[in-house]
Amino acid sequence: MTVGLSHFLIVAAILFAVGVAGILFNRRNVIVVLMAIEIILLAVNINFVAFSVYQHNLIGQAFTFMVLTVAAAEAAVGLAILVVYFRNRGDIEIERANLMRDGA
Amino acid sequence: MMTSVLFYLFAAVLIFSAIMAVSVRNPVYAVLFLVLAFFNASGLFLMMGAEFLALILLIVYVGAVAVLFLFVVMMLDVSYTSARQQLRRYMPVGAAIVFALTAQLVLVAGTWIVNPAAVKAVETPVETVENTRALGRVLFTDFGYPFQVSGLVLLVAMIGAIVLTMRDRKDSKRQKAGRQVDVQVSDVVEVMHVSSNRGVEL
Repeated sequence: MTVGLSHFLIVAAILFAVGVAGILFNRRNVIVVLMAIEIILLAVNINFVAFSVYQHNLIGQAFTFMVLTVAAAEAAVGLAILVVYFRNRGDIEIERANLMRDGA
Repeated sequence: MMTSVLFYLFAAVLIFSAIMAVSVRNPVYAVLFLVLAFFNASGLFLMMGAEFLALILLIVYVGAVAVLFLFVVMMLDVSYTSARQQLRRYMPVGAAIVFALTAQLVLVAGTWIVNPAAVKAVETPVETVENTRALGRVLFTDFGYPFQVSGLVLLVAMIGAIVLTMRDRKDSKRQKAGRQVDVQVSDVVEVMHVSSNRGVEL
């Protein structure tokens, strides 16, 4: 049984779903949500590279490069926001992040 | 045969470590599982023949992003012993969403058939050079402007992170340009008349 394009696509799909589940089920802290976003981006990257390799077109890999850049920038800015938030509030639990909710 | 074994090994460990990364209670363990996931994804990239991206993934994610996560996790004194009863409320809806999403994605990916004519249409000439050189040729010619813009994105992210986390301390010594310009000669220079053998009285 040879490994084909659809094998990689299925792995990426499962990985994507794991990332979404991490965001949906996480009620504890924002760091894990950021990590789930990284996992989602990794799944997208696997898709890009798989299509790029199996269709002999390098543009997909060039696009993965851009996705990597944006993921790194997003992690840096997100963690900086998190540090400031922790300085102001003293915790980073999502359940208590309701300052802007009406009548909370 | 060997390829299949390697693929299933990498894929299984990748998915397992991703699940652990989003579900363990201790954030430090979560970051370490994230690193494991990135290593295995890098292995998958290598299997597919995208060796440059595989190594870049290790450098960028394991070397930079994961270390950044570790720094923040250890810097913020987060109590990860908080109650989990809130989880129950969201469990049914969340599980339904995740199940539907997984089923749809796997169905689409599993039944995907690429039209051979479409592959011919986008196919670039057979590469006689290695992956890194070929990617460089694409990146520095057709994608020159996006490449520059991605550098700009990194610059903005760097400045943004520094500005966000910079603390305004009361006792920090700052240059005050207004006061510097305002200084008069009489403020800083005094002409003393010194008589011989007497010195100066301050």
